[in-house]
Amino acid sequence: MAVATRPAPAAAVLEEKEMLISGSEAVAEALTLADIDVVTAYPIRPYDTVMQAIAKKIANGKLVAEYIVAEGEHSQFEIVKHASTVGARVFCGSSGVGWMYAMEAITVTPALRVPMIALVGNRALDDPGAFGVEHNDALSVRDLGWLLCWIDTSQEAFDTTLIAYRVAEDRRIFLPIAISADGAFLTHSQSLTRVPPKEWVDTFLPPYRRGDLLLHPDNPITVAPQVNEDWVIEIRRQNNAATERAYTVIEEAYADFRRIFGRGPENPWFEEYMTEDAEIILMGMGTLSLPVKVAIRKMREDGKKVGLIRLRWFRPFPHEQLTRALRRAKAIGVIDRDYSFGSPFGSGVVATEVRAALYNAEHRPPLIGFICGLGGREVTLEDVYKLTDICYAAAKAGRAERGTYWLGVRE
Amino acid sequence: MAHLICEVVYRGIFQKNLASRITRGIVLSARKAGRWGIAFGRYGDSPQRNGIPAKDFAIVADSKEELEQHMARYEPKELHVTICVDDTLGKGVESWAWYGLQPINRLLLPDGHLLVTSTQSPDDLLKDIHTKDSPYHLWILPGKASFGGLWVYKEDHTEVRILGALAKIAPQFLSIDAVSEAIREAEWGSDLKVDSARKAYERIESRPVRITEGNPETPYAFELPRWWEMREGVTIPSLPIGKPIEGTKGYRPERSTVFKKFSTRTMRPVIDFDTCVKCTLCWLQCPDSCFDVMPDGLYDANMESCCGCGVCEAVCPVHNCITMVNEAAFEDNASQWEMWRRDKDAYKVWLTEKIQDKVHVARSHGFRYRGQYEEELASGSDLGGRPVTEGIPGENAEEKGLPSTVHVHESASIVTGIPEAPGA
Ligand code: SF4
Ligand code: SF4
Repeated sequence: MAVATRPAPAAAVLEEKEMLISGSEAVAEALTLADIDVVTAYPIRPYDTVMQAIAKKIANGKLVAEYIVAEGEHSQFEIVKHASTVGARVFCGSSGVGWMYAMEAITVTPALRVPMIALVGNRALDDPGAFGVEHNDALSVRDLGWLLCWIDTSQEAFDTTLIAYRVAEDRRIFLPIAISADGAFLTHSQSLTRVPPKEWVDTFLPPYRRGDLLLHPDNPITVAPQVNEDWVIEIRRQNNAATERAYTVIEEAYADFRRIFGRGPENPWFEEYMTEDAEIILMGMGTLSLPVKVAIRKMREDGKKVGLIRLRWFRPFPHEQLTRALRRAKAIGVIDRDYSFGSPFGSGVVATEVRAALYNAEHRPPLIGFICGLGGREVTLEDVYKLTDICYAAAKAGRAERGTYWLGVRE
Repeated sequence: MAHLICEVVYRGIFQKNLASRITRGIVLSARKAGRWGIAFGRYGDSPQRNGIPAKDFAIVADSKEELEQHMARYEPKELHVTICVDDTLGKGVESWAWYGLQPINRLLLPDGHLLVTSTQSPDDLLKDIHTKDSPYHLWILPGKASFGGLWVYKEDHTEVRILGALAKIAPQFLSIDAVSEAIREAEWGSDLKVDSARKAYERIESRPVRITEGNPETPYAFELPRWWEMREGVTIPSLPIGKPIEGTKGYRPERSTVFKKFSTRTMRPVIDFDTCVKCTLCWLQCPDSCFDVMPDGLYDANMESCCGCGVCEAVCPVHNCITMVNEAAFEDNASQWEMWRRDKDAYKVWLTEKIQDKVHVARSHGFRYRGQYEEELASGSDLGGRPVTEGIPGENAEEKGLPSTVHVHESASIVTGIPEAPGA
């Protein structure tokens, strides 16, 4: 890093401590240990809990960083983007329509190959003014060159933040990463989280070096010049190559994480829960895993072989790993906490992607989309039982009767 | 297999930090016995803003799996303990707007525990708290509603006193020793706070509440529309314009039948109709169009719409014509103007009593000087902070030392606690 004026105070302990913190606070812990240099802030619920947590860290002398309160989300993202080009490790984020307000700045970031990490505290897109979780805010960057992942627990929030810096700042990648956290369910829930000492983090996360792309008087370059039609398709092609490389870099990062911290998943791409012998595999992202897992445990008691795949990474999309994991399923139920109006089969975004991923697979079980839990509405155990029954019926018939069901709507 | 589910019902912003400290304290204390736990907040419409009722929850369980079972929903639907840190919330909450009024004890399991910080007696509290179809236990932690949680936390020990009380209520989950240890280790803990918790533990007592006891009113509720019943394009019909009262002499604006605002209120205006000069300022400035124009040209604040913001008191040009009084001093939302019209002398007596009710008028805003809590411990007064009506010692007043330098000014504003200028 190049801009912090003094080093952050060294951590006193050399062992992991257990903390009772929310997903947002866990992100702030990771940012402190990653010793970020510049962070921007503009409040919007539920993301604001992160900026409050970082502000507290800085105020308490635990983190030395520039904390810049912007006058709006758009400026917020522009500020960190430019800070990153001069070698600062940066962080910012937003939620719902705040994220959308920043969209112009967000859109132009990947082409500049800026490894910024942003947190999206998932929130419904207004109108109506709503604070509950929906995934469409984050999913809006899915085709823009951002890498995109979902977290499920405070522990995963902490771990993934460190991993995200490691991946984004890898010279093979240099792309922004958006980490998605379900509003309320994760941003506002405190659970016991293991936080490692700074030394371990330093071993895992090397300093951010921009190398030949550093904007500096000693390295005279222009960043973001005007380009005309002569260059655009090539820039996109470059971005695509970097995104392709992310498959390898992400796997390396998780392997290193496991080696250094002694925890973390073997499979970075998705969590599998009771899938080995599953006839029905349910899929989803974020904290809906919790009711689904509890429902699966109950259904297993009744002899129903149901499993869950919770996607962690959505961009790049783990299509190969996924088709392998779905090989044995008799039917697949994808639960979307998002929507894609007018899409094939009226599905949500994830269901559409999984369908596409399965197109070349030898085994293509019936796939049914479920739109559920929008606007922060609870995904209940009853919802999960109901959708599993629909999946069983499709497995038996060998085909799905309908492409998509809306669950939990007042009918 | 055992678990404990608690909620903290609090006033947004004013008590936000207080509520999160309580739920954190529950989890950290239970952790001392090897249990797992989660503390979380839920927010709805205008949640953590001024005075809006909001909720934090804590769940602790023997195993991680058991904990997950209870976390697998948006928020708990059944509780062992409800902690209410502002007794005016005893009237019910509309925290997640538009669902109707939720009685404070609604989610309690049979034989559950309702813990309220209050200076009221159980019988007075039960005038507000709705009846319940199963018995429960009412615990009162003597103290004013703490507004110490505003932005930064102004200490008044309410959080640790509640943890101490909880150790009495649920000792199988949080022993007082575990609570003490957790408080000592918390970033906001200290030995003095441990003493506070222990004192509350020793003193707190419960009173059983029978199903016949409480406010018998049916809280208002309504059915949520189905998707095909709702208008498209997120349109909602505007309220019709109001209607004249008594011929065409008065006027009452139409008000929403499905969204009332009184559960956001910690104080309400009481109006001295005898001194009102009918200047219309209250009517003009009220952000919620609360005022009805009465046939005699006076303005009557509708208590189902009033959110208790205090704007009317601030704009009224007549000295002491509108006074904000703690909501706990009232049992209903009846029209003050009707009461005044019926019997003007009785109204005057009622009004004078309400305004001078220092117990109810006072609220705690945390400690004002170093050593204040030690003094309160020594004096045996257990009210948690000095009443706001005692005024705020000015800059460096006697090095913020002794309360004896603080005058109780008769015309101190109840809203700001700042004495009005002489001759005002
Ligand atoms: S306190 Fe006064 S101004 Fe505020 S809502 Fe109530 S009546 Fe209106
Ligand atoms: S502001 Fe005061 S004096 Fe004026 S109309 Fe209202 S109550 Fe009367």
